[in-house]
Amino acid sequence: MVEKQLDQRNLEKSADRIENNFVITFSTVNGSGSITANTVLLRAISRLGIPVSGKNIFPSNIQGMPTWYTLRVNSKGFLGRVEMDDIIVAMNPATFTKEFDYLVPGGVMIYADDIEIPIPRKDVIAYPIPVRSIIKKMDVPRNLRIYLSNMVYVGVLVHLLQIPLSAIEEALAAQFKNKEKPIQMNLAVILDAKKWAEENLEKRDPFFIKPNYDDKRTECILVEGNTAAALGAIFGGVQYVGWYPITPATSMIEALHEYLPKLRKDPVTQRDTCVVLQAEDEIAAIGMAVGAGWAGLRAMTATSGPGMSLMTEYLGMAYYVEIPVVVWDVQRVGPSTGLPTRTSQGDLTFAYFNSHGDTEYIILIPGTIPECFEFAWKAFDLAEKYQTPVIVLSDLDLGMNHWVSEKFEYPNVPMNRGKVLWEEELQALLDQRKGDWGRYLDIDGDGIPYRTVPGNKHRKSAYFTRGTGHDEFGYYREDPEVWEKMLNRIKRKLAAARHDVPLPVMDMEENVDIGIITMGSVDQILPEVRDMLMQAGIKVNVLRIRAVPFSPQVEEFINHHQRCYVVEMNRDGQLRQLLILHKPEFAEKLIQLSHIDGLPVTANWVVGKIIRQETAIAGKEEDTDGQLKR
Amino acid sequence: MGSLSDNVAVKKQTNLLGLDRTEYQGLPSTLCQGCGHNSISNQIIAACFELNLVPEQVVKFSGIGCSSKSPTYFLSRSFGFNGLHGRMPSLAQGALFADTSLKGLGVSGDGDTASIGISQFKHMVRRNIPFVYIVENNGVYGLTKGQFSATAEKGLNLKRQGVNKYVPIDICEEALVGGATFVARSFAGDPKQVKELIKAAFHHKGTAIIDIISPCVTFNNQEGTLHSYQWGMGNETPLHQIAYVPQREEITVEDFEQGTTREVELHDGSVVFLKKLEQDYDPTDRWQAIQMLEKAHQNNWLVTGLIYIDPDSPSLFDLYDLPDTPLNRLSVDRLRPSREALDMVNDSLC
Repeated sequence: MVEKQLDQRNLEKSADRIENNFVITFSTVNGSGSITANTVLLRAISRLGIPVSGKNIFPSNIQGMPTWYTLRVNSKGFLGRVEMDDIIVAMNPATFTKEFDYLVPGGVMIYADDIEIPIPRKDVIAYPIPVRSIIKKMDVPRNLRIYLSNMVYVGVLVHLLQIPLSAIEEALAAQFKNKEKPIQMNLAVILDAKKWAEENLEKRDPFFIKPNYDDKRTECILVEGNTAAALGAIFGGVQYVGWYPITPATSMIEALHEYLPKLRKDPVTQRDTCVVLQAEDEIAAIGMAVGAGWAGLRAMTATSGPGMSLMTEYLGMAYYVEIPVVVWDVQRVGPSTGLPTRTSQGDLTFAYFNSHGDTEYIILIPGTIPECFEFAWKAFDLAEKYQTPVIVLSDLDLGMNHWVSEKFEYPNVPMNRGKVLWEEELQALLDQRKGDWGRYLDIDGDGIPYRTVPGNKHRKSAYFTRGTGHDEFGYYREDPEVWEKMLNRIKRKLAAARHDVPLPVMDMEENVDIGIITMGSVDQILPEVRDMLMQAGIKVNVLRIRAVPFSPQVEEFINHHQRCYVVEMNRDGQLRQLLILHKPEFAEKLIQLSHIDGLPVTANWVVGKIIRQETAIAGKEEDTDGQLKR
Repeated sequence: MGSLSDNVAVKKQTNLLGLDRTEYQGLPSTLCQGCGHNSISNQIIAACFELNLVPEQVVKFSGIGCSSKSPTYFLSRSFGFNGLHGRMPSLAQGALFADTSLKGLGVSGDGDTASIGISQFKHMVRRNIPFVYIVENNGVYGLTKGQFSATAEKGLNLKRQGVNKYVPIDICEEALVGGATFVARSFAGDPKQVKELIKAAFHHKGTAIIDIISPCVTFNNQEGTLHSYQWGMGNETPLHQIAYVPQREEITVEDFEQGTTREVELHDGSVVFLKKLEQDYDPTDRWQAIQMLEKAHQNNWLVTGLIYIDPDSPSLFDLYDLPDTPLNRLSVDRLRPSREALDMVNDSLC
């Protein structure tokens, strides 16, 4: 916040108009229903073909604490968070004075006129709105007044920004799922407020919405990452979900509750083909998922950091006894209870090292809505192919905010159920191998054994699964060489996954010396970071890692550059740590850029750090910041 | 000498499936000589043999501890999962959904169930998953060499541990107040009762808890202590004589004269016969069951038998609407929705 915001707006300015380039923050108290009003605006603007993002910054509380929602409208498609607002809609007296710290010079303050606090700045345009009296004059149920109050500011913005009413009407219809009564009630408030604004507000600000009906965004979907993940799991054939409530993962389960009955009735019997079971804690949730995975079901759980801490022992066991299971960790800020409603990428090394003894996991790191969907189905294929846990690291920003996204694409490959033997396949294998089959026997030389699952009626199908040392037939063994061989075979099995996981997303030109490496939802700021750096005369290539183990391309990218900035949202540079672990000589090349305040990292912050560092490297300035580590 | 060769010539006894008893056996036990758990393993073998269970249809689960090692010692032809300490119930609640026709059998200990696993135990019980859950209860941690477990009586004196300061947990009582639909207690020194209870448990619709006092000959078998053979032999007080009968027609037992028995019909039509002993005990009366356990507790009685049964409560599986085909045999086309379905989802999110 302290740093002055660079001019990243690239104003499409015609005299005093700023079209489709501004940031609005709505300051309310949580539990007042403001999210509905904000989502209506988000959807309406998106339907007009204008790039827009929405971020909810909310407290770990149900009612009465400050909450902020920010809409960023940007014609270039730069949609990451920015530090400062152009327009603030203030409905919460408790934070009113503070809001002015976040308003750009010449910015707009729209506020409820019953907030009788003096305006502390002279360089802002203030629009007091009689929210209460507008609502009071209307014939709306008393218990809904507080919620409908939010539609007053929607109406005022429709007038000020000149948002076409048709877009608002469409957004209301989508929001309320075509239910006539709430649509009409909300629209009436919007129209009344708009009318009041037309008659009483003299527009003094430069901000306008200008529709772009030709843009493909008019066809986009609006969805949260957690819903995308739930849908991806459903199209991936999820059959068992053991879970325990935790922010910010719970909405994934709620999306499963919503969509499973619609999408996963058995086409033959019309019965359910997925079990969702709320466990007593995360320890049981993972135990259930592991049990189901063992028995041949596509099994998953969804949690966040504290829950994954509790899942550690079963994850390590699943690794060693080779059970497919998918764990979504929608990351929030840790350690400890931390900031439960703020975002982070702090669980990467934890996911990587999650167990006693030697383990490793396939980790998928989606950074966009389509990737939440895709990785959700893909995770099952990988888990079953490699007979191992797959951890998917999402985050609160990606998981819980609504994003404008391209439509979901149908899985482009058939399901891979891995090497499972039913009665006939087992008999064929036994015939072929003269009766020699063991659960952990590496028959194909790829380190991946064949497995049977309970319910198999073949009399040679059963085996005993144990977390204790076992041989290729599942028998208990303490022999040193048996243990060593088993553990090394599992490592070999997973080495191949390196070529099988989602490739990194790379944007690379020749003759560029500087790279940026990042992961996950940091994706959203990358185009803007490059653009701003370009303006500052610094060319960069970009690599976004989407999985661990690292694909060979990651190594190539690092080798190709003189130095790479590793941008991530954790304190200790966890992605950088893993890259160095992968290849210690990378240490010299990788510069840590860690953003850890619980809010999504901004382009402005990254660019400021890189410019300072590059200037220092150029010898023009000593780096005294101390936050940059080389 | 002639008799020996005669024995060899005798055709091995087989059950209705044509399997002989060896098909239900496991590897040789590595537990201590005289361990109560070995006797229970034998009764599991006998019960499964007599019930004509297809070994592949049984799935074994256990946690960690001496008791949890024992599934290796029976039913080698069955799938088994030796999971984490105290967390076998969650495994079973995942795995058994894959094919609800399977018979789940869990073997736990008093540490595994009443200490580290008390949460999963109680939540399993309240969900009523069809599952035979045997606790081999000896009041002591054997595998770590003789520490008090949560079922050890207050005042118990153990080498290296001193005197137990804490009141014990009664597994049957925990199960009862947790909403269990089948609660039994037995004694490893009473094999016939153990076997009949296991047989009945396999035919119960929901979770069947059998808490079996199973003395640890190495660490907790001193005279006068509540988990010892000597105490059990001298103080076992059966509530009734119990017999499980698969089909009503087959009942010919002269033991069960008219008016001296209670019958409890299980959900599949099989029957548990309970012969009255000194008192008439009604195992379908939950309140009486709790009172009886409290009284036994106050008086250090080792009361055994079927303490409580509710044969008709819906099981966990009844709460879901799953296809008859096991979930783990559903073909891929029954699991991935169509392209058109995704188009509809996309349209609905616009």
